[in-house]
Amino acid sequence: MQELIARAKELLADGTVARVLGWKAGDLPYNPEPAYFEKEEDFKDFVYNSFCGANLSKFMIEASKLEGKTLVCLKPCDTYSFNQLLSEHRVDRDKAYIVGVGCKGKLDIEKIKKQGIKGIKSISGAEISDEADTLTIDTIYGEKTCAFSDAMLERCHVCKGKEHKIYDEIIGESKETKDAERFAEVERIEAMSPEEKFAFFRKELSKCIRCNACRNVCPACSCRKCVFDSTKFDSSQKANVDSFEEKMFHIIRAFHVAGRCTDCGECSRVCPQGIPLHLFNRKFIKEIDELYGEYQAGETVVEKGPLTSYTFDDVEPGIVAERG
Amino acid sequence: MYKIAKENLSALFRKIAESQELYLPIENCGQVNYGVWTEDANVNIDILKTVKSPKDAFFPQSENLYTCVKEDKKISIKAEQLKEQDFVVFGMKACDIQGVEVLDKVFLSEPVDSFYKARREHGVIVAMACGEPEETCFCKVFGIDPADPKADVATWIIDGELFWKPLTDKGEALTDAVKDVFAEDSSADAKVEAKKEEINKITEQLPYMKLSLEGWNGDSLDEKFNSPVWEELYKPCLACGTCTFVCPTCQCYDIKDYDTGHGVQRYRCWDSCMYSDFTMMAHGNNRNSQMQRYRQRFMHKLVYFPANNDGMYSCVGCGRCVEKCPQSLNIVKVIKAFENQGGEKA
Repeated sequence: MQELIARAKELLADGTVARVLGWKAGDLPYNPEPAYFEKEEDFKDFVYNSFCGANLSKFMIEASKLEGKTLVCLKPCDTYSFNQLLSEHRVDRDKAYIVGVGCKGKLDIEKIKKQGIKGIKSISGAEISDEADTLTIDTIYGEKTCAFSDAMLERCHVCKGKEHKIYDEIIGESKETKDAERFAEVERIEAMSPEEKFAFFRKELSKCIRCNACRNVCPACSCRKCVFDSTKFDSSQKANVDSFEEKMFHIIRAFHVAGRCTDCGECSRVCPQGIPLHLFNRKFIKEIDELYGEYQAGETVVEKGPLTSYTFDDVEPGIVAERG
Repeated sequence: MYKIAKENLSALFRKIAESQELYLPIENCGQVNYGVWTEDANVNIDILKTVKSPKDAFFPQSENLYTCVKEDKKISIKAEQLKEQDFVVFGMKACDIQGVEVLDKVFLSEPVDSFYKARREHGVIVAMACGEPEETCFCKVFGIDPADPKADVATWIIDGELFWKPLTDKGEALTDAVKDVFAEDSSADAKVEAKKEEINKITEQLPYMKLSLEGWNGDSLDEKFNSPVWEELYKPCLACGTCTFVCPTCQCYDIKDYDTGHGVQRYRCWDSCMYSDFTMMAHGNNRNSQMQRYRQRFMHKLVYFPANNDGMYSCVGCGRCVEKCPQSLNIVKVIKAFENQGGEKA
């Protein structure tokens, strides 16, 4: 982290960048927040540890409109989102100085608390420099431990790899954290009967409170005005009038980001009700892989994705094609 | 005072549910929220905080106000019935109970909200002391005692037993109706006192409990409103409604029409000052940047509300926003930011 801070200060001082977009330490051991740093003294609060899960790519839409370059800290998985935003002309490459920051997996405080660990005073083992694979947590109810991998965000268990897909320079080492199959959960649901599938999603989505956090955090949801925010749309964006609406919002969103979702996992990270929203997107990714050949959104900057280009040889999935 | 073993609580729930609806914390797909008790409900009374506060029991996230039905050229209007049956909300914590008192100030003052009033009249609150408060709790800042909740009935869980103490007439009536399932315990008072002391000892160690609200009152309106601090604080805000929807005191709502195809359902639903169409009027919106919307939420809780309600803050320190904000922003950070910078002009 010290290397990162030193380099950021240097780039600010020599005028290469006008501001730095990173994370600021919170007032609890696990709640840093995204923040801009413009002056040398601001860096006293700068932090980069395993609780910095927030994907900063989407902030670059606004930062691209500012004067001068913004140094943005991107983890390997965040760089896919940045590339995708570049493909969609939503961010300006010339306005970004990308520092690829090392990552060894990000933590989910909810997973720690689910293990009954509460009254947390401090957590050690969450610093990037820490080698330990166990977190030691000091609580008012005594000292507790938790395996690092048991507290990792779901997305880290299916990590896309430690390679940054776009960067100006890289600071820090990354670690492979993948220990599960990306599509295993999707396959489990595919194997269900239609009734079981419906029951599964109805139960999960019945928890939705329509806070829109999944949409607002999503780098693929970058419309200036969302259709669900239209006052002319015959639906409410802030309440599920009936059980149909609680499904409709998420299904429409999944369709809308299909082919563009990089599977960054932010939707599931931010959901206050713990709905595994990434499963919708991952199902689409799996289908695209099967129908159009393996495709990872954000791997590179592309002009057209599988669902936005047409070739004569395109498959014709669906009932019409099956009937011939 | 009465008591019942924790493992026999389903007998109590069944007994209550014989005559009325019972709301209590129920686990669904890994998350605990208040819901209606059924025989197969996965009740979780060990949870400290449900994701959403129990305010739904009195002020549901969305509720119908009336329905218009069109038949040929005739339009008929059917008003929604007010709540007429008694119901019980079991397990409410002291912070959430004060949350309801905040809602009372809004909905029971003129013009009285008849939907809310009917629910308040028919609702019986069974409170529960907080066994193990957490680092995100700061109820004491608002004068709330997590060890000694005040409602129709107060309960404490001590060594696998639930102790039950009616405090109001409504509470006595409920107790009479269910007391077959209870045993009496002459040493209960001493046990409860010891428990309260234990809880207070825990609270003393919690980092947010000594937060200072100095300078937050109706008189500080201009100073707080014009502070440059907001410009820094709001930046990571996603403009989602998580903080407002998990909050026990947020009371803003919107009224909308839902086209049923053969009529119109007029309903109201919780609104969020974080949303771009909040208080949208014909002329447009009077808060057109996220900074203004962000500022509104905290100014309302810590300045406007106390100015209009004899100094009562509309935050109860439950800490749900602290736990749930996707970007880790919250009211505690706001209060601390002003403490550090004094809200002085840059």
